[in-house]
Amino acid sequence: MTEVPTTGPVPIGVPAVEVRGVDKTFSSKNGTVTALEGIDLAVAPGEFVSLIGPSGCGKSTLLRLIADLEAPSTGSVTVFGKTARQARIDQEYGIAFQQAGLLPWRTVRANIELPLELHGASRAERTARATELLELVGLSDFGGSYPDQLSGGMQQRVAIARALAERPRLLLMDEPFGALDEMTRERMQTELVRICGETGAAVVFVTHSIPEAVFLSNRVVVMSPRPGRIREVLAVDLGRAADRRDDLREDEHFFANVSAVRELLHGDQGARPAVRGVENR
Amino acid sequence: MPSLDGLVSAAGLVGSRLRTRTPSAFRWRRATLGALGLLLLAVVWELYKALGPEDGVVVGGLTVLPRTTDLAMPHVWDVLARLGQPVNSTQDTLVWQAVLGAAVFSLGVAGVGWLVGVVVGLALALLMQRFRTAESAVLPWVILSQTVPLIAIAPLVRRWGSQIEIGAFQWENWMSVAVIASYLAFFPVAVGALRGLGSPDAIHTDLFRSYAVGWWTTLWRLRLPASVPYLLPALRLAAANAVIGAVVAEVSIGLRGGIGRMIIEYAQSGSGDPAKTWAPILGAVLLGLLAAGVVALLGLLLGRFRRGEVSA
Repeated sequence: MTEVPTTGPVPIGVPAVEVRGVDKTFSSKNGTVTALEGIDLAVAPGEFVSLIGPSGCGKSTLLRLIADLEAPSTGSVTVFGKTARQARIDQEYGIAFQQAGLLPWRTVRANIELPLELHGASRAERTARATELLELVGLSDFGGSYPDQLSGGMQQRVAIARALAERPRLLLMDEPFGALDEMTRERMQTELVRICGETGAAVVFVTHSIPEAVFLSNRVVVMSPRPGRIREVLAVDLGRAADRRDDLREDEHFFANVSAVRELLHGDQGARPAVRGVENR
Repeated sequence: MPSLDGLVSAAGLVGSRLRTRTPSAFRWRRATLGALGLLLLAVVWELYKALGPEDGVVVGGLTVLPRTTDLAMPHVWDVLARLGQPVNSTQDTLVWQAVLGAAVFSLGVAGVGWLVGVVVGLALALLMQRFRTAESAVLPWVILSQTVPLIAIAPLVRRWGSQIEIGAFQWENWMSVAVIASYLAFFPVAVGALRGLGSPDAIHTDLFRSYAVGWWTTLWRLRLPASVPYLLPALRLAAANAVIGAVVAEVSIGLRGGIGRMIIEYAQSGSGDPAKTWAPILGAVLLGLLAAGVVALLGLLLGRFRRGEVSA
């Protein structure tokens, strides 16, 4: 579990993610759409960075660029000093999406083992790792269950375990708790904080929710839409992310940070009502 | 050949009955209901025969309901009794034995046709899934192929086949029948498999891309398992089609030994022996049920891949 002994958000050596001068345009029948423009961003090893912004600000696209599921139109994306493509081939990151995306014909355990199996890990190795991960996400009793027998929150925990299976130094998460109810969501956030503390992985986390971003992150990247740009990067001064507990949600520092992010999001829009597509809860 | 429509629906019906995995009590209930349905059919048959007009119901010169004479509608028990009697006065073979033999023969030919059709259909679907251009090039032909009447291609297949002679291998008539059966069977497989192979969510294909695995691994680990719920109804349809294709092709090619030919032969003796005509038709129904049952068994074996399946 402690493959990479990175501590804290101090950028030492090679950054986990480095995005430089990236534009991304999509061409469709109705002309070209600029999804991202002039993006520069670095994520240090072990750092937790959230991307937040209204719908259409390109935060998911940015994540997909880092994952090499899309290619940038201009600029470069490097992950641990490699091109995004090479990093994907080398399995430098684990990824989780808004939907758990488990394979319904595989048991929970077999789902977690999937990436290991695809990359030729031995049976013994797979079993040991899956057992470890099941314990980490608190599903030890459910290894033999099928995904359709689990609740949404449990499925998402399996997806996170699967993303962690190959001990990546980087986790990419695209609104992984977006489809969960508020209670489950907060519990999952607390668990994610603990898991990240235990694994020491850097995380790029896309979210709609301001409190979620503040609670989880070392830094919150606030984005604006059409074209997608980084408006501001806010350092969250709530101590080490791994030490955060539920009671932090009641803390006035927490609220101060939430307000700060909210103001940044609403930014130049002055007296206009809340930005659409962003949850203020 | 009015039995063929009945054959399709019977095959489809039984398929869907066996398809769902249910607790045994529920399954028994369904089996009982199925048997009751058969009984009801016999009752309706006899009721109409007893109460319907002798010359049938004719509306504007068109016979809407059949005659009720013993010639047109023999009693159910006569049909069943005829099964237990010799085929004709010169033979010892009982009708049911002859029908069963013919059904097994036709099932064998249809089975070969089904297998060939499934292989061809899967290959086409894989080709279309792999190359987008292949889909636009091949799919119209696949659909067009089914608009050609069976009667038209049967003599062609036979003629082409008779010209094939490689070493000791010689084309035989049953192979022509199997080819025609496969011609009908490949279509639902090609279309169903294509849909199934394309069914994984974007999340799943993204995930496999993030794992940096190739097309074949993605096919084996993701696309094929995901296509099972689409493939099973397609295979069942293919089985029914293969049976119909085999029975009809037996008639148009003139292959002896199968149910198709037997339906014609027994119909010719219909005026003197009406109950006998129905025997091979029952055999054809049995054939359809067997074919659908085999596919249903396949579905039970693949149950793991059908979790969360929406009833198709």
